[in-house]
Amino acid sequence: MKIDNKIAKALKNDFPIFRNNLGLVYLDNAATSQRPASVLNAVKEFSERDNANVDRGVYSLAERAMKKYSQARKIIANFIKAEPEEIIFTRNTTESLNLLAYTIPSIIPKNKNEILITEMEHHSNLVPWQQLAKRQGFKLKFAKIKPDFTLDMENLRENLTDKTAIISLAHVSNVLGTINPVKEIADLAKSKGAIVIIDAAQSIQHADINVKEIGCDFLAFSGHKVLGPSGIGVLFGKKELLEKLPPFNFGGGMISKVTKEDSKWAEIPEKFEAGTQDVAGAIGLAEALNYLKKVGLEGIKEWENYLLKYALRRLKEIPGIKIFSPGEEKSISLVSFNLPGIHPHDVAGLLNEKKIAIRAGHCCAMPLMEILKASGGVCRASFSLYNTLEDIDLLVDILKEIQEKFK
Amino acid sequence: MERGIPESMYRKHILELYKNPSNFGILKNATCSGTECNSVCGDEITVQMITKDGIVKDAKFSGSGCALSLVAASLLTSKIKGRKIESIKNLNKEEIRKLFKTKISSSRIKCMFLPLEAVKKALK
Repeated sequence: MKIDNKIAKALKNDFPIFRNNLGLVYLDNAATSQRPASVLNAVKEFSERDNANVDRGVYSLAERAMKKYSQARKIIANFIKAEPEEIIFTRNTTESLNLLAYTIPSIIPKNKNEILITEMEHHSNLVPWQQLAKRQGFKLKFAKIKPDFTLDMENLRENLTDKTAIISLAHVSNVLGTINPVKEIADLAKSKGAIVIIDAAQSIQHADINVKEIGCDFLAFSGHKVLGPSGIGVLFGKKELLEKLPPFNFGGGMISKVTKEDSKWAEIPEKFEAGTQDVAGAIGLAEALNYLKKVGLEGIKEWENYLLKYALRRLKEIPGIKIFSPGEEKSISLVSFNLPGIHPHDVAGLLNEKKIAIRAGHCCAMPLMEILKASGGVCRASFSLYNTLEDIDLLVDILKEIQEKFK
Repeated sequence: MERGIPESMYRKHILELYKNPSNFGILKNATCSGTECNSVCGDEITVQMITKDGIVKDAKFSGSGCALSLVAASLLTSKIKGRKIESIKNLNKEEIRKLFKTKISSSRIKCMFLPLEAVKKALK
């Protein structure tokens, strides 16, 4: 479906948050997206009709719960073109990446001791690797960004060596919006025998993701950034690698046999899913992906890109504004900016007084803030399918008012 | 449900004090000084004081931050001038809150108290 301003306005009706917060202009979608009624209902319905522990219950209710859980896994796998057993449920992107950071050393060849990330990583794709490097005595390297806010591919190539064990990078920067050429990077990394990990937290709602086409070994994302519930996340891993990796959490559900002395692990994906999982969350996430498909991924992408283009054009009307964006062709629908001489928290505080919600601060990317010379952080407006041109007009109008107020 | 637009944190007297701060600058002959920063928002406030006979004779602040932390520093340095050190050490957050004469939202409370922390650090 092609989305225009009228349709976007109508889409808001699918999201109860807007009914319960009249006049809310929600522009913090990169932090968390809102949830359509169909997702909320799917979670509720599961709890009301089908809830049972999915771990080998032998009664009908448990079988039904298990069936729904398996269906959810299949829908999620299809969405990123993976196999169901390659989908590990976690709490969120952060947990997915931590799972890897703790288990991956056992599959790293002895001659490799470098981890390569980029300067635009969210803390969740930085701190786990920084700490792994400290634990293992590895070297953590950062591929640089260019003045146009894109990744410096030449620098990345220089940093990628035969010693690179892992390259882990954001598909899309949560601050700059920059879409990184992950397929090209995966190809380069493979030629050096490195493991390729993609942080898809920001891209999952905005880009068609095909793990086979990208050629990554692992990919992580969160449900709550793709219209799903919070508390459910995904780690995709190539089957043969997941089979090699040791478990992360130990306990019920992840074993095939336990004696007093030792244990044997269950097959994937269960090997990585110790304890009772967030089954309702998984079902909610699957429903969110169904909702997106129903609205139409291509139409959403086009509309969101149009919103970004419009926002960039309108924001540029503000004298002295500093915009941290590579432009609409290289970015998903978010834009970070600063008003000269006004702290981002003051900007966000004043926008809030007009019911406009944006993010302000370091956006969990402190090293990037240093590079951007934004010690107080940035203001970030991020858009989703339900945002309208009026949302952006209001944002820009109030930003102009704020600038007047602070003169 | 909808609760209406909150009262502005940035009322006229706050914005005025942000544009024309009280006691902003460097205090020559300061007898003590304290710096506090909030790395999360990049705010950094230094409060300098001249103390004599257990009393704060003069106070100035410097640094950078959001309007609320800078206004808090103006308000606080004005309040502590001429006061006994012991009573300043006992200043509580409620008293700072009252100085603002406007409601500060929960996400911005830290900004409001940053200068007080700098003062207490200086007087330690």
